Amino acid sequence: MNQPAPNVSKGATVARVTWRQRFDRWREHHRDVAVDSLRRLRATPLPTLMTLLVIAIALALPAGLFVLIKNVQTLSEGWDGNAQVSLYLTAKTSDAQGRALATQLAERVDVKRTAYISRERALEEFKEQSGLGDILQELGENPLPAVIVVYPAHDTLEQAQKLRDDLARKTEVDEAQLDAQWVQRLYALLALGERLVLALSIGLGLAVLLVIVNTIRLGIENRRDEIVIVKLVGATDAYVRRPFLYTGLWYGLGGSLIALLLIQALLLWLDGPVQAVADLYRSTFALAGLGLGTGLLTIVGSVLVGLLGAALAVRQHLRAIEPG
Amino acid sequence: MISLQKVSKRYDNGREALVNLNFELAPGEMVFLTGHSGAGKSTLLKLIMLIERPSAGQMLVCGQNIAHIPRSAIPYHRRQIGMVHQHHHLLFDRTVYDNVALPLLIAGFSPRDTGRRVRAALDKVGLLDKENLNPATLSGGEQQRVGIARAVVNKPQVLIADEPTGNLDPELSAEIMDLFDQFAQVGTTVLIATHDVGLIHRYDHRLLALHNGELIRDGYDREHL
Repeated sequence: MNQPAPNVSKGATVARVTWRQRFDRWREHHRDVAVDSLRRLRATPLPTLMTLLVIAIALALPAGLFVLIKNVQTLSEGWDGNAQVSLYLTAKTSDAQGRALATQLAERVDVKRTAYISRERALEEFKEQSGLGDILQELGENPLPAVIVVYPAHDTLEQAQKLRDDLARKTEVDEAQLDAQWVQRLYALLALGERLVLALSIGLGLAVLLVIVNTIRLGIENRRDEIVIVKLVGATDAYVRRPFLYTGLWYGLGGSLIALLLIQALLLWLDGPVQAVADLYRSTFALAGLGLGTGLLTIVGSVLVGLLGAALAVRQHLRAIEPG
Repeated sequence: MISLQKVSKRYDNGREALVNLNFELAPGEMVFLTGHSGAGKSTLLKLIMLIERPSAGQMLVCGQNIAHIPRSAIPYHRRQIGMVHQHHHLLFDRTVYDNVALPLLIAGFSPRDTGRRVRAALDKVGLLDKENLNPATLSGGEQQRVGIARAVVNKPQVLIADEPTGNLDPELSAEIMDLFDQFAQVGTTVLIATHDVGLIHRYDHRLLALHNGELIRDGYDREHL
């Protein structure tokens, strides 16, 4: 039945490509696809910009909050080490008793040193610092108690707290006050803030991921015909996937860059008022930015989320688009 | 070049699209594949392109048994086969040149080689002067020829055409058939699926006829067609 075909020649020669050429083309193809996917994004500026802004805002929120918390932390840095306990002595305690107690307390292992401030010195200091000397003169009697300032031997607030509780039980002591209490409260709040930033980062990172998955999904749907055709002429899955992965990468990169700009703008906007407040407190405090490390981390993280989003979208939808 | 042994295809819904097919196509052979719609022509082409997998049997294409090759090997299989589609399947967001260059781009040819091959293919189909046009601006016959140029640009050993003359007048059909003949002359196996009886009668190529998924005719006989 099968007759020999007429004119059988040596057969068509199959095109051969060396590995070196293949690698060069692969590299060129990556460059072309990267440029082409960027061009496609630019071709639809408004939808692209909206997607980028959604990503940028979602990134700027936790990153901006992080910057603010870091700034408050620098503001309060170095204060926890300087915690001190002020012991206000009872009126019945004599000057000699007070000095004796101060010396005695200085012997304790959990105390670095003590300083005794007599009622007279306290009054003088108060006069100097407050400028209310004339009014105090009118009072006739010194209303200020003697104070023993106790410097704890250990740095941590917990140990200072324990020391305060211990010293408060002494009969000579009317009231014991840990001067670092507000720092402690601030630290608790900052720890809470950090947790909040983490939760916000995870939540909004997930939102960014979903935005990118959905955007890439639409892109795949729009290029359905093209995908079918390139698959018919022998495109591998990697080839089909590549433009979409680059699109995800661009979204991540663009979104994070805009987010960094937003944070920078916020800092510039806050800088004036912050300087004014710092000047009032005679502080040299200056607002710090996100920093190179955190900035890079934001960019890299965002690019990875972009790639992951694209990979998820592609995985989910590309296999469904087959010729036939 | 193409060899089928006891090939059957049963779809998931139970329909028997192809039943126990046996035939062999030699290098440089030009063959018609015919049958009514639903006879199994499209299914057979899909099996050869690995758009579908056979349910049973062995399929050798270019010396390789493709019935069970892994999914990841399918693209490389398709690069060995040029396919001309009834609906052209051209991309209208790029030029004629870029359409024809697509298989070479995917296979990783250098730009220099690509240019040479694309122009040779376009020259072959007589569209060298239209390389920078958008295929949407071309006539149906010209679009078909762009599709043929794309199918042969990689110098495949097998060329498959699905209703290549479907929407064309006899004169244009003759031109297309002439092109196919030239490819067969240089050793390409050409398989043309068509239900155009007039076309089949005008040429004396080997004929495979399907009916309800069975091969009912294989030879040069045109009687009672």
